Amino acid sequence: MNEDFRKLWPDYDPGRYFCELTTTRSDAGPVPRWLAERLEGIGLDALRARASAAETDLIDLGVTFTVYSDATAIDRILPFDCIPRVLTASEWDLLERACKQRVAALNAFLGDIYGKGQVVKDGVIPADLVYGNSNYRPEMQDFPVRYGTYAHICGIDIIRDEHGDFRVLEDNARTPSGVSYVVENRHLMLRTFPDLMAGIKLRPVDDYGRRLRAAMAEVAPACTDDPQVVLLSPGIYNSAYFEHVFLAREMGVPLVVGADLTVENDRVYMRTTAGKKRVHTIYRRLNDDFLDPLVFRPDSMLGVPGLIGAWKAGNVTIANAVGTGVADDKAVYAYMPRIIKYYLGEEPLIQNVDTHICREAEGLKYTLDNLDKLVTKPVGESGGYGITIGPRASKEELEASRAAILANPENWISQPVIGLSVAPTLAEEGIGPRHLDLRPFIITGKESWVLPGGLSRVAMKRGSLIVNSSQGGGSKDTWVLAESFAKGDAA
Amino acid sequence: MSHMRDPGLLARDAEGLFWMARYFERVENLARLIDVTQSFESPGEETAAWWGLIRINADEKNFLERGFSVDATHVKRFYLLDRGNKTSIPASVEDARTNARTLRPLMSTEMWRQINVFQRFVSCITPEDLEGDALSRVCTKLKDGVQAHTGITQGTMYRDQGWYFYELGRFIERADQTTRMLDIKYTALLPQGAEEKRVAELTQWNAVLRAAAGYHAFKRLARAAFSPEDVVHFLLRDPSSPRSVLLCVRRTESHLDDLRRLYGLNAAGEAIEMAELLRELLVGKPLSHILATGLHDYLDLVQIHLQKLAAAIGRAFFRDWRPGIETPQEAAAVQETA
Repeated sequence: MNEDFRKLWPDYDPGRYFCELTTTRSDAGPVPRWLAERLEGIGLDALRARASAAETDLIDLGVTFTVYSDATAIDRILPFDCIPRVLTASEWDLLERACKQRVAALNAFLGDIYGKGQVVKDGVIPADLVYGNSNYRPEMQDFPVRYGTYAHICGIDIIRDEHGDFRVLEDNARTPSGVSYVVENRHLMLRTFPDLMAGIKLRPVDDYGRRLRAAMAEVAPACTDDPQVVLLSPGIYNSAYFEHVFLAREMGVPLVVGADLTVENDRVYMRTTAGKKRVHTIYRRLNDDFLDPLVFRPDSMLGVPGLIGAWKAGNVTIANAVGTGVADDKAVYAYMPRIIKYYLGEEPLIQNVDTHICREAEGLKYTLDNLDKLVTKPVGESGGYGITIGPRASKEELEASRAAILANPENWISQPVIGLSVAPTLAEEGIGPRHLDLRPFIITGKESWVLPGGLSRVAMKRGSLIVNSSQGGGSKDTWVLAESFAKGDAA
Repeated sequence: MSHMRDPGLLARDAEGLFWMARYFERVENLARLIDVTQSFESPGEETAAWWGLIRINADEKNFLERGFSVDATHVKRFYLLDRGNKTSIPASVEDARTNARTLRPLMSTEMWRQINVFQRFVSCITPEDLEGDALSRVCTKLKDGVQAHTGITQGTMYRDQGWYFYELGRFIERADQTTRMLDIKYTALLPQGAEEKRVAELTQWNAVLRAAAGYHAFKRLARAAFSPEDVVHFLLRDPSSPRSVLLCVRRTESHLDDLRRLYGLNAAGEAIEMAELLRELLVGKPLSHILATGLHDYLDLVQIHLQKLAAAIGRAFFRDWRPGIETPQEAAAVQETA
């Protein structure tokens, strides 16, 4: 940690972890120091008062997600930490290129496995991992999509290790959520902490809705030059409903539920006061399973009968495409570095976290022999459920984990414990280090665009490595510095 | 601007706006009715006044089924605290907010924020707030809350189709509630003795006028020695009083006509005919005749016509998105219990 911070925050100790504010970076310039000085200037009591006012603001605005437990639903805000996370211009340059690379590979992979399957024939990835995957959709076979884009909206979870190197932890190519918080957090910062931001040039985040709508229009069926885009939500009881509203508003398109849509002659219409109106692109926030009761789950009340037929007839675009889940599977993830190389002929710009695949004898043995040192994850789950962190688990927990893996090895992967980077966070003890990750969002129509920054999720509990909102994580505003302060760069 | 296009309106959202407005209007009017009921209390006869409130809302069965007993405190709790009672203020506010959640993409941020804050206030009303002079203060806050909502809506909501459906709901509910305000006068007890009766009658009519926010306007218009007929005329037929039934029906008619003219919603025809019929019912016969044959029955008839008008709007615009539901009454029932 550099000297400036030692003087300002004598009690702040990030330990062996990379700190997103106090660790010296070549092109951060004076910004981290300014931030720390300004925070000191405001003082802890005033910070707490303002943070609490900011949270009230979020409640009043209904910026909430819903947590379900025991059949009760509670509206919660995503805890907001008022100390921003700062990414420098060069860090962002790398992240942006790496995200585009990753998405290009994901889409090429999806086009291939739903086409000739060359990647399997060439032995890059085992056939059963692809075709035996529960998220593989045979309906997609030999069905071309516009511009070869399957994953129109992607969220890639990236962490930073003890050395300050970024690593990809997970791809989210189905219906990634969280982007609304990126934009809302910035608005909240502008309202509540304008003095923290004064004079610091940041990359803006308010272009997301326009970009998304443009991409949705690009991928619409070619039959119209004025496509009708809608956002399909499961409805107000979905935990991400706030985000669905946010996206519909930002795009300026109707938020529909299944009952609003109807299919006639393989065309999709929405029911309006003036009768049926044609729909061309559906940004769906509904899992594949629920889309069309005629094709998938017959008991789905949330979907639209005939939707898949209309899609296969080329009369409507569904984004993300059906069947993208096979690409963001945690087991397929392990092969992503090879997949990137295979399609793009490039090394990954950001590496995976080393991953042991329990379906492979070698990976299983290594995992079982080192359970107490590894993080074990079920491949089918999201939201941080089912994860065991070896070094922090009790004997009983480790044995339970061993039993679960042995019962169904194909369902498990393991990874070394990564010392996630930390950032100064307003906590019970004052300003303290808390672990965090980053989820940038990538929109792809004809080409890819990355929203500057992304969602920084922070574990609010001291020492905790689990940042998921469903597990009590919070979020921070993520600043991407618009100018580089590196020597030689023009400021 | 020629390059802008009509984004259309989902049938479900049209219905949501219609009902959100109705629920809010209901809350304001119920607060007005509670306020006026308190002024109808005569010592020793409190229960009779409060039971009148239950009667004009046709809530007798509902009230007893919810396990309440017939006294003033229970009636107040039934309407101000009991979320399980679908006709209560907290339930109506919750329903309004649930509709608002689905309508969020069509509403301004200011509207949404105020609804959240108002809902929180309503959910924090306590039994102590219903006692003595506190009750009137709570009613004032409830009225303020709805009026803030109405004002923010008028000032910030984009006036396309959706706004018309919102207004339709508001005016239909308001017309209905005004008929109930008139009706409550007839449930109020009057003392024996000619002079006491005359004074009490005057006080009660003034209270009804105040509840309908028409006291001063009425004073400016009315003869010095006004008759009940004048008050009935003012609340039913005055063309300029914002809460008169006639004004509400006329606004409904003109909104339906705009929907047809500006947005090509030709399905409005049947509802327009129903509104015309209702207008005829309001102005067709001399008031003396209506008062002679029974105002209560007449008000019932107006309420039935208002329901038919709402049903015609439902048939024309809302039913389509719920093909499983055949009649607008069923649709309304679903909405009411949603």
